[in-house]
Amino acid sequence: MISIQQLKKKFGKLWALDGVSVEFASGKSYALIGPNGSGKTTLIKSVLGMVIPTSGNIVVDGEIIKHHWHYREKIGYMPQIGRYPDNMRIGQLFDMMRNIRNNPPLVDDELIESFRLDRMFDKRMHTLSGGTRQKVSAALAFLFHAPILFLDEPTAGLDPVSVEILKEKILKEKEAGKLLIITSHIMSDLDELSTEVVYLQEGHVRYNNSVEELKDITSEQKLGKAMAKLIRGLEEKHVDVKITTNE
Amino acid sequence: MVRIVKYVFYDILRTRFIMLYTLFLLLCTVAMFQLDTDTGKVILSLMNIVLMVVPLVSIVFSTIHFYNSYEFIELMLSQPVNRRVIFLSEYFAVAISLCFAFTAGVGLPMVLYGADASGFTLLYSGIMLTLVFVSLAFLSSVLTRDKAKAIGVALLFWFYFSLIYDGLLMWIIYTFMDYPLEKATLALISLNPVDLARILMLLQLDISALMGYTGAFYKEFFGSSRGLIFSSVVLALWITLPVWGATRIFSRKDL
Amino acid sequence: MNPIRINTTITLLLLSAATMAGSIVVQPGGQIKSIRQAIAIALPGDTIIVKPGIYREGNIIVDKTLVLLGESKPEIDGEYKTEVFTVAARHVTIAGFKIVNSGTSSMKDLAGIGALQADFLTIRKNEFINTFFGVHLSNSGFSVIEDNVFQAAVRNEYETGNGIHLWQCSQAIIRKNTIRGHRDGIYFEFVTQSVIEGNLSEHNLRYGLHFMFSHDDEYHNNIFRENGAGVAVMYTRNVKMTYNVFEKNWGNSVYGLLLKDISDSQVLNNRFIQNTIAIYMEGTSRTEFTGNLFSENGWAIKLQASCDANTFTGNNFKRNTFDFATNGTLVLNTINRNYWDKYQGYDLNRDGIGDVPHRPVNMYTMIVERIPTAVLLWRSFLVYLLDRAEKVFPAVTPENLKDDYPSMKPYDLNTTT
Repeated sequence: MISIQQLKKKFGKLWALDGVSVEFASGKSYALIGPNGSGKTTLIKSVLGMVIPTSGNIVVDGEIIKHHWHYREKIGYMPQIGRYPDNMRIGQLFDMMRNIRNNPPLVDDELIESFRLDRMFDKRMHTLSGGTRQKVSAALAFLFHAPILFLDEPTAGLDPVSVEILKEKILKEKEAGKLLIITSHIMSDLDELSTEVVYLQEGHVRYNNSVEELKDITSEQKLGKAMAKLIRGLEEKHVDVKITTNE
Repeated sequence: MVRIVKYVFYDILRTRFIMLYTLFLLLCTVAMFQLDTDTGKVILSLMNIVLMVVPLVSIVFSTIHFYNSYEFIELMLSQPVNRRVIFLSEYFAVAISLCFAFTAGVGLPMVLYGADASGFTLLYSGIMLTLVFVSLAFLSSVLTRDKAKAIGVALLFWFYFSLIYDGLLMWIIYTFMDYPLEKATLALISLNPVDLARILMLLQLDISALMGYTGAFYKEFFGSSRGLIFSSVVLALWITLPVWGATRIFSRKDL
Repeated sequence: MNPIRINTTITLLLLSAATMAGSIVVQPGGQIKSIRQAIAIALPGDTIIVKPGIYREGNIIVDKTLVLLGESKPEIDGEYKTEVFTVAARHVTIAGFKIVNSGTSSMKDLAGIGALQADFLTIRKNEFINTFFGVHLSNSGFSVIEDNVFQAAVRNEYETGNGIHLWQCSQAIIRKNTIRGHRDGIYFEFVTQSVIEGNLSEHNLRYGLHFMFSHDDEYHNNIFRENGAGVAVMYTRNVKMTYNVFEKNWGNSVYGLLLKDISDSQVLNNRFIQNTIAIYMEGTSRTEFTGNLFSENGWAIKLQASCDANTFTGNNFKRNTFDFATNGTLVLNTINRNYWDKYQGYDLNRDGIGDVPHRPVNMYTMIVERIPTAVLLWRSFLVYLLDRAEKVFPAVTPENLKDDYPSMKPYDLNTTT
């Protein structure tokens, strides 16, 4: 569904992405993991067209996305920190987003209801707490039945109940055959939600395989521990264990 | 695009600034017409507003608005919308609101109190200058990520075109007073939209004095519709070129 | 005034006498086919009636007291070779002709109607088309030139002569003529006790009216519009200029009214509108400027330091770019009780007179005087700041050039009668 080929992005003197090649396939759920500044957000923003790559290609659904924008109809995006026009009310925001996508008749308002956002449609965006904003962001990401979903730290700042609601929703969409790309610092969440792991470090893909495989080679039961072991192994032995399923 | 323009429009109207600006212009214009019965004198006073206040307000407001719309722009960018469309929608919404404020604030009383050709030239100049300075504001906004820096650049644009440039021009005229400078000065004036708008007004208010200026070239230029056409074309360039450049930069910018 | 009135009466009397005398009809295909022939057989006092047609007779010399009347504008064609009519007798009248294509010469002043020592000449209701000079009178008194139209094809200044040219004449009346496309519309040199009134002189290449060494004349109710250099009145004393309109005389050194070496004259109730320089004065003394309207001029008044004892009172200055310019710092003229739309003072005692004096000389005028290009920066913020600074610390503008009693309201001027 998404194919990234030799993607490079330079910010000033720093290579945020230094030749990233990775494939994301439909029906799978990817955990995008990496230390701070490893290029996770840059990668997501590149696919969304918010960051323009220095070189390399991004192919979404068979189409090179350079200078295009129609492909974004297929993407739902939940940003790490959702920023919205201050003076807009929640209801207006949803209306506007629907309007911009030509008012599709069937929208997925499950999260609006389960987060009970419809009760505060009159509230202005700048009055909302961080958690409520996250709920709005999540609801927007799922609203249009997009076959591809980017979720950047989806559970951060949410209360435990909402976290569970969101997780359920994510799993449901995964079952429905959607492509999910999730970043998070909470390994237990990723353990539940994802089937694949892509590990980024200093702009390189250092690991790309299924969660099962990772647990297998590290002989760990939990993704968190498996990751820790993998990272230590990568650092200490300086072994290039860049195993990828597609290359 | 119209949809997005509409949303930006709502956003601008909610800040109330445009309303205050309209009210300010309206009060100034009405007060001038009340205090003075001579339309010509009112036009003269309004001309100072058009040449000084309108560019300043346009460029500062546009820059601030652009930075305040960053969230909106980011949100739009993750949606299936063309980048150029987002940027140009911002431009049009700001430009239309400011032009509306100016036309309502200055134009309405002018029509009510009775305006002649010079009044309409004033309106025209004001609208053109608004558009030029909104363009410049958008350019300075995409040049830097920092809001304070961008406002600084915007103010510098304004200060440069309103005062510094004329100082340099005066110096050039003084230094080369013994040489034929006709075409050179005209070219130099074209490099400053404020001067161009001023010349448009001079063509209305001081045509008799301008005709005394040595040289057939100027006589021909000022005496016919050439002056109007020339300055309109150059002002149009001053509007489109910065927006065009800004759009190019914006469509390659990382957000 | 009186001698002129009497002069007119005499002419009219003579005219009626002439019609009582015999009349000769000239007609193409008639018995008498040419005007020359008619003049040859006419007796003094006869009337020659010319029927419609085109007459190409070269130079027609009128050497008898005759009345020449054209019916339905017969065309008299000089074929670009000769003067059309040359008058060399007294009490001649030429009326109702279309006089076209006189010869041009750089040696002789060929005209539509030329006259030398021809007193009491009347030229009325003729059309002069493409004549080198229209009417050229020398050494003649008591002539009347009225209701004529002069139209020269605009060429350059050296290929066209003056519309109405008077040299060494006196007691002439020039009334209600329209003159276009000549070098000078009306030219006066050594002409005295004459009146120019109700004429329209426009689009002439040099001056609408050119006046030299011509004392004790008056001109009023004329319109001088868009002439190459405006109107010049020079080397003259005791001229009365009233109720005239000077309009749109545009260009470098183009003046609504150029006054040079003039004294003891009056400029009253005129309108100066949209001239580059409404009045330029050099060597002008003891002249009164009252009740004039100066509107939308580049410079209303340019006063050279050589002028003295002139008074400017009760004039309206409106919407001029610059009201007053002078090249000197010492001013020996009186400027009082004018209305200046640029006056920024106040009137606390409400007597209609501003409480602080008005200084009509703008500081930027002095700069533009030296560097004409600088006019392009007029009304810029920079110039505004300079002007403010000058008002606080006067350094360039003449200290004593001021109106101590500026009127708060424009005068209701009578400039149309």
